[in-house]
Amino acid sequence: MTRWDALDRFLDTDPEDVGCEQAMALLHVYVELLRADPRSAAERYAGIEAHLRACGPCCEDFEGLLSAVSADQRLKVL
Amino acid sequence: MRCATPAPDHRTPTDEQPDRESTEWLRSLASAGPLKEAAVARLHELLLKAARSEVNRRRSRLGLAGPELDDIAHQAAADALMAITAKLGEFRGESRFTTWAYKFVILEVSTKIGRHFWRRRTVAMDAEDWERLPDRFGLDPAAKAEWHDLLAALRRAVDDVLSAHQRRIFVAIVIAGVPVDALALELATNRNAIYKTMFDARRKIRAELAANGYLDTQTPTARQR
Repeated sequence: MTRWDALDRFLDTDPEDVGCEQAMALLHVYVELLRADPRSAAERYAGIEAHLRACGPCCEDFEGLLSAVSADQRLKVL
Repeated sequence: MRCATPAPDHRTPTDEQPDRESTEWLRSLASAGPLKEAAVARLHELLLKAARSEVNRRRSRLGLAGPELDDIAHQAAADALMAITAKLGEFRGESRFTTWAYKFVILEVSTKIGRHFWRRRTVAMDAEDWERLPDRFGLDPAAKAEWHDLLAALRRAVDDVLSAHQRRIFVAIVIAGVPVDALALELATNRNAIYKTMFDARRKIRAELAANGYLDTQTPTARQR
């Protein structure tokens, strides 16, 4: 831990980060695998996870899709 | 990761064979007449519901009222429906059809919100209020003596090691606080291009600060591995 952790994290770049385009292209696949098997999702889509850690807008979209899919599945169970 | 870990689901999306419900969606949307009309209406209903839920989820960060939020939801659902019906042939069965469809409407909500930003705000993209930086990075004003030199070095790095384009993007996002999607619209580019520019800018600034002893040469990611 440093006194400027937030700045250090902001400037950190992960070589595995796949970028917005690739992350969004596979977001629907990643979200379903994450719901079914989080460990497999982390292994298979490490580049997407690296991207979502760094990109606020894509993380927001990820959370939105996860929320929509979860709500949809809850309705089907009822 | 800030993003939440969900509860386990029972379906593993690995076989790339559309499930029965997805096959039915594809069949009815590709048909004609009343069957197609009913499927389009049902899909629009699902998309509008998802869009409304999404704008509500984001409302606290948007500062928008009910009618504006509902307007964004309606526009997002209509545009997502048009995109989905035009791209049915691109669905490869890697997920449920509805998951694939929801992605369109979530991305449309982001785009509409980005567009809305410029209607509500008069932020100058190139406003250089560097006094905002300490707050942006959670630096304690009481410890200014400790981080004053670091921020001065950061500003020098922005001026010295970034290209003019990288500097413009950095200032718009970090200093002026323009959201990435709003900036992409303003510059007639896309989120990915902005992200790549910022990715390179962040890497260059960090390398400069590390070379001058302000940050550890090992990044947080490298330290974790």
